[in-house]
Amino acid sequence: MKRIQTIETRDLKQSTQSGGCGECQTSCQSACKTSCGVANQQCEKCLETE
Amino acid sequence: MIHQFKLNGYNIVLDVFSGAVHAVDEVAYDIISLYESSSQDEIIKSITAKYPEVTSDEVIECIEDIENLKENGKLFSEDEYADLAFDFKKKNTVIKALCLHIAHTCNLNCEYCFASQGKYHGERALMSFEVGKRAIDFLIENSGKRKNLEVDFFGGEPLMNFDVVKKIVEYARSVEKQYNKNFRFTLTTNGVLVNDDVIDFANKECHNVVLSLDGRKEVHDNLRKTINGSGSYDLIVPKFQHFVERRGNKGYYVRGTFTHNNVDFTNDIFHMADLGFTELSMEPVVCSPDDPYVLTYDDLPVLYEQYEILAKEMLRREEEGRPITFYHYMIDLTGGPCIYKRISGCGSGTEYLAVTPWGDLYPCHQFVGDEKYLMGDIWKGVNNTEKQNEFKLCNAYARPECKDCWAKLYCSGGCAANAYHATGSITGVYEYGCKLFKKRMECAIMMQVAKSLK
Repeated sequence: MKRIQTIETRDLKQSTQSGGCGECQTSCQSACKTSCGVANQQCEKCLETE
Repeated sequence: MIHQFKLNGYNIVLDVFSGAVHAVDEVAYDIISLYESSSQDEIIKSITAKYPEVTSDEVIECIEDIENLKENGKLFSEDEYADLAFDFKKKNTVIKALCLHIAHTCNLNCEYCFASQGKYHGERALMSFEVGKRAIDFLIENSGKRKNLEVDFFGGEPLMNFDVVKKIVEYARSVEKQYNKNFRFTLTTNGVLVNDDVIDFANKECHNVVLSLDGRKEVHDNLRKTINGSGSYDLIVPKFQHFVERRGNKGYYVRGTFTHNNVDFTNDIFHMADLGFTELSMEPVVCSPDDPYVLTYDDLPVLYEQYEILAKEMLRREEEGRPITFYHYMIDLTGGPCIYKRISGCGSGTEYLAVTPWGDLYPCHQFVGDEKYLMGDIWKGVNNTEKQNEFKLCNAYARPECKDCWAKLYCSGGCAANAYHATGSITGVYEYGCKLFKKRMECAIMMQVAKSLK
């Protein structure tokens, strides 16, 4: 019996190769203005390939 | 590094440096927690004692699964990013976002306003078109090959200078193609001056609008008052409803601030939803410890519970076909930010700058008015390279306190302005904010797990 289910996620280590284009949104520009949360930002490249 | 937590009936294991998320049963949860500190025999002994129905072979099988995940870099992965963070100082900085302080004045008198009723501790001022136009040119000149450029019309209340907003947008649109740029405008407004003209403009030109509403009438009116001291709820809510109705599928957020006065803030979020708004953001107030509405440490357990209530209710509403979005729970596990973004954070002082009505540059809107953080101006550019370098290195690896924190690749070390205001240093830690942030991330990840397992 499998006790561990792995959820599909973006591999952050691989993103050292594919990432860093900088086209994504600046974190604070949308709706918070008083905190820094990058996790809820979208990757612009991922959006383009959708 | 891993982070384990239990929430809403799920046992969740996050592998910090790969970003992998695992949903596990109780047995695997315990085995994973023992894995690094105990031998196989010790694990078997401990697990079979706690779970008599589990055999030694089953424990071994689970350990083998853990080892496979480890080999594949999805569990107990090592931190390989610390050197990347240091390299950021060497990187040339391009600017991709400006917060334009269109109006240092406001037609509301909100008690908790970090901009001290829009004036940022200075004189009332409106940005001229000439300054706005030069800011657009400055952004284009300093944006390198970046195509997407963000400009936020901010204040004070930007609609008190709406004609200039329109002219700046018209100018930016007239030059964006020739420079191969795509401007994304955001308008942040308190709603008082929203009318059809504003709505038509925003729906045509603004990628996003942020509409300030704190939730229930009594909560909103308590701190968001007009100049004559009456509440602004009745004035703005119908305008926001009309705005959003006409916005179609373009982006918006109804954004509130909660304080010690409404620690049951989910009732404000659900009130927003009852008003017909679905894209919602609600931020904990950031203020002086002396303010009567400051969030206290005694509030924390209540706030944690509130975030859980919100996550569970959002899952329920989604199942019922009437979903709402909460800004801080918007985690896309497959299409989220790359590691560079996660380390470097919001970009304040480097990729992102705030422009005052008279053209001075600050690291972000929250530093405006603090002369120590004057970075330069839109004519001469950034000349305070010492401060700029500080911001380049103000990232997920800047703070010793973050070294062993599982959430650092979700917050990038936190908001520099909050850190500065709480500790006097941009590389300090605003501990209260960290506590809430971590709870929000656990809730957000739990929601993704719940959806994935459906």
